[in-house]
Amino acid sequence: MKREAKRSGVFTRRALLVGGAQIAAIGALGARLYQVQVVEGARYATLADTNRVSARLIAPPRGRMVDRAGDQVAGNKLNWRALLIAEQTSDVTATLDNLSAIVPIADHERARIERELRRHRRFIPITVREFLSWEEMASIEVNAPDLPGILVDVGTTRIYPFGPTLAHIVGYVAPPNEQDIQDDSMFALPGMRVGRAGVEKFHDVELRGRAGAVQLEVNAVGRVIRELDRQEGTPGQDIQLTIDTGLQQSVLARLGDESASAVVMDARNGEVLAMSTNPSFDPSLFNSGVSQAQWIEWTNNRKAPLINKAVAGLYAPGSTFKMVVAMAGLESRAITPYDVVNCPGYLDFGDRRYHCWSKYGHGGMDLHNGIKNSCDVYFYEVARRTGMDHIAAMANKFGLGVKLDIELPGARTGFMPTREWRQKQGKAWNIGDTIVSGIGQGYMQLTPLSLATMVSRIATGRAVQPHLTRSIAGVLQPGSKPEDWPLIAVADKSLHAVREGMFAVVNEPGGSGPLARLTMPGVQLAGKTGSAQVRNVTREQREKGYKSDNMPWEMRPNALFVAFAPYDAPRYAVALVVEHGNAGAEAAAPIVRDIMTDVLTRDPAGRKDGLGQRVADAVPMPAPPGSVKIP
Amino acid sequence: MSLMERRLIRETSYGLTAKLWQISWIYVLLLCALAAVGYTALYSAAGGSPDPYASRHILRFSFGLALMLAISLIDIRFIAKLSWLAYAGCVVLLILVLKMGHTGKGAERWIDLGGMQWQPSELMKLALILALAHWFHKASWERTGSILFLIPPAVAVLVPVALILKEPNLGTAVITAVVGGIVFLGAGVRWWKVLALVCCVGAVAPVAYNHLHDYQRARITTFLHPESDPLGAGYNIIQSKIALGSGGMWGKGFLNGTQGHLNYLPEKQTDFIFTVLAEEFGLVGGLALLGLLLFIILGGMIIGLRCRHQYGRLVALGISMNFFMYVLVNVAMVSGAIPVGGVPLPLVSHGGTAMITVMIAMGVLMSVHVHRDVEFGDGRDEF
Repeated sequence: MKREAKRSGVFTRRALLVGGAQIAAIGALGARLYQVQVVEGARYATLADTNRVSARLIAPPRGRMVDRAGDQVAGNKLNWRALLIAEQTSDVTATLDNLSAIVPIADHERARIERELRRHRRFIPITVREFLSWEEMASIEVNAPDLPGILVDVGTTRIYPFGPTLAHIVGYVAPPNEQDIQDDSMFALPGMRVGRAGVEKFHDVELRGRAGAVQLEVNAVGRVIRELDRQEGTPGQDIQLTIDTGLQQSVLARLGDESASAVVMDARNGEVLAMSTNPSFDPSLFNSGVSQAQWIEWTNNRKAPLINKAVAGLYAPGSTFKMVVAMAGLESRAITPYDVVNCPGYLDFGDRRYHCWSKYGHGGMDLHNGIKNSCDVYFYEVARRTGMDHIAAMANKFGLGVKLDIELPGARTGFMPTREWRQKQGKAWNIGDTIVSGIGQGYMQLTPLSLATMVSRIATGRAVQPHLTRSIAGVLQPGSKPEDWPLIAVADKSLHAVREGMFAVVNEPGGSGPLARLTMPGVQLAGKTGSAQVRNVTREQREKGYKSDNMPWEMRPNALFVAFAPYDAPRYAVALVVEHGNAGAEAAAPIVRDIMTDVLTRDPAGRKDGLGQRVADAVPMPAPPGSVKIP
Repeated sequence: MSLMERRLIRETSYGLTAKLWQISWIYVLLLCALAAVGYTALYSAAGGSPDPYASRHILRFSFGLALMLAISLIDIRFIAKLSWLAYAGCVVLLILVLKMGHTGKGAERWIDLGGMQWQPSELMKLALILALAHWFHKASWERTGSILFLIPPAVAVLVPVALILKEPNLGTAVITAVVGGIVFLGAGVRWWKVLALVCCVGAVAPVAYNHLHDYQRARITTFLHPESDPLGAGYNIIQSKIALGSGGMWGKGFLNGTQGHLNYLPEKQTDFIFTVLAEEFGLVGGLALLGLLLFIILGGMIIGLRCRHQYGRLVALGISMNFFMYVLVNVAMVSGAIPVGGVPLPLVSHGGTAMITVMIAMGVLMSVHVHRDVEFGDGRDEF
């Protein structure tokens, strides 16, 4: 009995201890609950709400682009696509096998589908095939019983009705990358596209619109339980370009096989009517993804079809620069229009001899004849007297070597050398550098668009900026009227002297660009030729009887021509660069004549119609289906 | 009337009616209250419907209650005689289950018995308590002090622990070891010897960790930093804490718990049922439930203290300790204090076999209570 009492006593003691420990442990659990539920409660309450409410975006339709006549140049097309919802089929593999009997699914596509199936929840639709034809869509619908989980729905895809004609201006869209999605979560929506080049890129924000948002209550696996709130988005805005598509097409056709670029501007307000770069490319290829072979073909092509040469091609302006030199001389009072320079065919300065294009020389030259004959020696001497500071300043005034307000992301500023620039390089600016700059050679590098801007400003005396946007969402943009642009601070008589010279180039007997003369009655074209060497002609070559025609294509001079018309009431300006076309007077002038004839016939700026008329009639596209969670 | 006489009277006059009167009906009421809490929680977990959880829960509880009452009428001495048989049977079942049982969620092993799926490891714990109690009941106080005498019961603990670890079921293995250790303590084995046994299990732990499945290791590592893997293994803990925390002091109201109803809570009808309640009824509700559970645990301890024989005392201690361990591990797990372990909350969580096992144990506990004064040895080394 004593033993039993001892056992009982020990048990009682220990049982009480264990009981006490149990009470303490349950108390600790209570304390833990207090900490989680009350002390940290507010934080977790917020987390519970973010868990529960999911904001999702509704994709807006992308804005369209029309040309100045109202013809659609970038739009949206319905895109029928087959989607797969995994939870609606018992056997995904069998469904896909059945589907591929109707519409072929490539192996790499099959791999992508299986990857997405693994990544997404089973009720999220996965794109199986896009761009279904009507026949494919119909046979999927007919075979629906064999295709559980397959759903045909409609989204939109970007189309460019004029394809390569406007590729360099309109640009293209492509699927968004990770960075885009980070910047704007709207891009995670299926079928969204982001502008990658051209106006599509420049006006991407206006074109893409604003996504609508729905607040949804979702459960843990992301299935929607109910809609809490909805805000409709705004569709992308329609943009009207200044381009005349018909003109653009005919200019492009006139360029033929040349690697060339032509810009046609309304000289009074800077509207770009045509900006044709040859060769071009089909922008719709970027929408679905460019094949490797196509890409290699584009990048290896020495005529660089992907480059918009009008704004990204850099060329020495050659003789087309001489008007600027003349105005710099006149305005700085280094010369008068009547000063005569004798041209024996060359100018000796320092230990170098600078040749004129005519080795027999032009004799006594004043300003008018200097421009008319494009006499190099005259302009060597004018440049020498004027100095590079005045020349560069005048060039900048006329839009050369400065950034232009063109709506193309790939546009380059070009380069106008100055003494300061040379000194920053740690080298001295020599008078020789000024002399070669007088004929538009040397360090300067300019775009065809800036040359068109220059000739526009010469023609009208207004500091117009080239631009492509005429109206956004039906609202005419500033800059469409000549009065929007300030007059250039250059004396009228200087401008007039230069214009007269340009008139003489084309229309006076013995002018250097007779092939540009218009055959239309009552209208005259004023212009200037240019042939810019792309490499130095050595003394050795010159003595052997250098002829650029015999050079390999890459080494031939670029042929240039700038012009405006009508001479007595300037309205249109044209700049043309034919890469390695040799002489501007032969390769470029006739093309400009034909272009200008076409422009004057069409008279796009003079037409009263076209301001977004056809835009208003157009029916807005439905929003592409699908939504995305805002992170 | 001497003590001897009173005992004699009780022994002879225990008819069925008398035994029924001896059942602690208050304790039964506490269990019914707990099952009712379970019904409420499962009703909410099903989105405000008795189907599919709550109605089945109450059916099972009714069956379990009948079973418990039936067992409580069985003479504890008869149960004691079956102790080692039950132990041997459970070990055989454990081995069988390792050989041919099916696996659920890559872990706990189940076996088909009479159309129901059983987890023998749950029954094993009860059988282990009975066997250990039987061993120490028979032994004299002096022999309880000898080390040689302690080796067989130590082996009796380690064998099922090792088998359960191999399943692998970390949570149940730890609980089994702890429950076994408590019975040692209650029997009067010196503290340091129990500690030695604990160290013995502890020494196996690193070896066991190497044999752990990746998911179990993941549970341990994400326990330390649950936020590091919010959509993976840490998801359960985070979502449970969010549910608890957003419940606050007074809760969101019955059937208004967003976390539970929108399925953010994983396995809400089983392991995370406590969270469902605490989200909807707040800290107040959580503490009330903890209080109820504490009453049931301490009730078991009191049954042990009032028992006049060592077997009953040790059985009561082991069973309430087992119940306590369920509560401790489950609530600590859902509040993010220990790794997720797959331990249900007894009589609240949805699950048939767990409930039946608990009710069998409660029946044995009640049998101890009913037969607390029976003449049943006094430690005279009846070997």
